[in-house]
Amino acid sequence: MTVTYGQPGGTAAAVSTAIEVSGLRKSFGDQVVLDGIDLSVPEGSVFALLGPNGAGKTTMVRILATLSAADAGQVRVAGHDIVREPMAVRSVIGVTGQFSATDTYLTAEENLLLMADLWHLTKRQGRQRSAELLKLFDLADAGRKPVFTFSGGMQRRLDLAMTLMGSPRIIFLDEPTAGLDPRGRRTMWDLIRSLVRNQAVTIFLTTQYLEEADQLADLVAVLDDGEIVAQGTAAELKGRVPGGHALLTFTSASAFDAAARQFGDRASRNDEDLTLQVATDDSARSVQDVLSRIDVDSVRHVTLHTPDLDDVFLALTGQSRKAQS
Amino acid sequence: MTNHDTVVSSAKAVATPSGSASVKVYPLRDTATMLRRNVKQEMRDKVAIIACIGIPVLFLLLFVYVFGGALKESVKLAGAPSYIDYVLPGLIIMTAAAGLIGISTQTSVDMTVGIIDRFRTMAIFRPSILIARVVASALQTLASMVVVFGIAFAVGFRSNATFMQWLGAAGLLAFITVTLTWLGLAFGLAAKTVASASNGPFPLILLPLVGSGIVPTATMPTGLRYFAEYQPFSPMINTLRGLLLGTSIGWSWLIALAWCAGLGLLGLVWSISVFNRRDRKRGVPGPGFPGAPTQ
Repeated sequence: MTVTYGQPGGTAAAVSTAIEVSGLRKSFGDQVVLDGIDLSVPEGSVFALLGPNGAGKTTMVRILATLSAADAGQVRVAGHDIVREPMAVRSVIGVTGQFSATDTYLTAEENLLLMADLWHLTKRQGRQRSAELLKLFDLADAGRKPVFTFSGGMQRRLDLAMTLMGSPRIIFLDEPTAGLDPRGRRTMWDLIRSLVRNQAVTIFLTTQYLEEADQLADLVAVLDDGEIVAQGTAAELKGRVPGGHALLTFTSASAFDAAARQFGDRASRNDEDLTLQVATDDSARSVQDVLSRIDVDSVRHVTLHTPDLDDVFLALTGQSRKAQS
Repeated sequence: MTNHDTVVSSAKAVATPSGSASVKVYPLRDTATMLRRNVKQEMRDKVAIIACIGIPVLFLLLFVYVFGGALKESVKLAGAPSYIDYVLPGLIIMTAAAGLIGISTQTSVDMTVGIIDRFRTMAIFRPSILIARVVASALQTLASMVVVFGIAFAVGFRSNATFMQWLGAAGLLAFITVTLTWLGLAFGLAAKTVASASNGPFPLILLPLVGSGIVPTATMPTGLRYFAEYQPFSPMINTLRGLLLGTSIGWSWLIALAWCAGLGLLGLVWSISVFNRRDRKRGVPGPGFPGAPTQ
C-alpha cells in the first residue's frame, strides 16, 4: 500500500496507465477463450469490458487479478508485471467476483475486520474503516448479524465493502450487479460512482448490461468470442451505429399503407402491428419532417429511439459472428 | 506462483519510485488471522460439531449396549476387562475419520463461494490458508475425542494405562489427527461440489468397523481378515488399545506412524497441487466465478 506511482523523480516516466494488456491469450484445452487482447486503462478511470456470457470476461479478470495464468502476452497492473511480481499486484488491487465471497458464519463486521487483518491494518484503523464502510454501504444496522441472514443485495454490498477495506487503488468488479433487482442495481451504481468521485481509484468492471457500461464507464471495450471487437467511449461506440428511428403505430391499415408509400425505402414496415420504423437522426427537425408527411390523426402512438449500446453491441457482435461462420 | 510468496522485490517495476520497493509478507500474523476465522466458523457450525462427536458416540452406545453383551461372550477381547474397553479405541479412531468430513466440507464451501479466491488476490502468506484450516480442524477433532473419552468414562470405560502410556496415546492421536486432516483438506479442495466433499471421506468412518475396531480380526473369514489386518486403521487401533489397556503394542506403533506419515504426505502434496493449479489442471475457471466461458 505504500507503493505510489506517477511521481516525478521515479525510476521511470510518470505512469498514467493503471492496466496495460498486450497480446493476451488464454485457452482451456482446445477452446480459445482470449485470443490476443490489447487494452489500456488510464489511471482514475472506469473501464467496462462488455460482452455476452462466454465471451471471456471472467477469464480476463482472473488473469489480471493473478488468479489464473495466461498462455501468452504481457500484463502490467499498476506498473507491476503480473507474472514476475504478483505480490506487488495483489498489494494494490481489490477483486469482487460474480458471487459473494463472504464468510457466512461471520457477521458483516467480522468479515470486514478479517479483511483489515489480512491487509495488516492496525486494530484501530480496522475498526474505524469497518464502521465507515458499514455506514456507507447501508449495513450499519446489520453489522452484528451473521451474513447467512443477509439478502442477496446485502451480501453483494458487503462483498464490495470487503474489497474496499484495504483501500485498493485498482478495483476489479466482475459483473457487480448480476442477480440484483433494479433497485439493488441502482444502489450499486451509486456506490461505484461515489468511489470514483471521492477517491482516485481505477475501476475495471465487466458487464453484460449495456446500460451499466453506458452509465458508469469512461471507456468501453466490447469483448466477443475472445476478441475486442470495439473500443472507445460510450459516445464513440454509439456513433458507429447509424442513427435512430421513429416508431409510428397507425390506427388503420389504409393510413399505414399510405404512410409506407410516402417513406418508401426510408421506412421498414411491420404489417401485423401496423407499425412503421422511419429512420431519423437525433434532431427535432428530422422528427418534424417525418410527422409533417403523414396524417398525424391516424397515428395511434409514436416512439422515438436513439441508438444505445445495445445497437452497437448487436451490430458489432453480430458481424463478428457472421465473419467467423 | 508460490515462489513469489516471500518478500517480493519490485524495485525494477516501472511504476514504483525507487525506495518503496517490496511487499512485506507476514506468515505468522496471517496464519493467526486465518486460524481465528476458522475456529470461529467451526464453533458456529453446530451441525458439524454434533456430527463429529455424535457419530462415534452413537456407535459407542450401539456397540456397548446393543451388541456388546453378545459380542463379549463370543470373542476373546485381547486382554480387555470389558467390551467397552475393547471397542473404545476403534471409535476414537472413527472420530478422527469423522473430522475429515468436517474439514472437507468446510474447505469445499470456501472454494465454491469464492472466499479462497478472494484470499488469493490479496498480498498475504498463501500457505496460511491451508495451514490454518488444518490446525483449526485438527483442534476440533482432538476436542471431539476428549468429549468421546468423557462419555466413554461415564458409561463404564476404565483404563490401566500409566501416565507415560496416556502421554503416548495423546501423542499418537495428535499425530493421527493432523496427518489425516491433510487428507481431508485435499478431499475438500479437489471436490467439485460441496455434496461430494462431504460424502467423499464417509467410507473412512466405516473403515474401523472392517478392521480390529469392533471384534478381533482372528474371528473373520480369511480374505476379509487379510484386509482387516493390513488396512491402515488397524495398527492405529491396536496401538491405541495397547496403550490404554496397558498391554504390549509390539511393532504396531511403527506401522501406525508409517501409515499416518504416508497418508499425511499424500494429503499434503495433493492439497498443494490442487490449490496451486486448480484452473489449469481442470481446464475450467475456479469456483466463485461460474457462468464463465467453458461452463
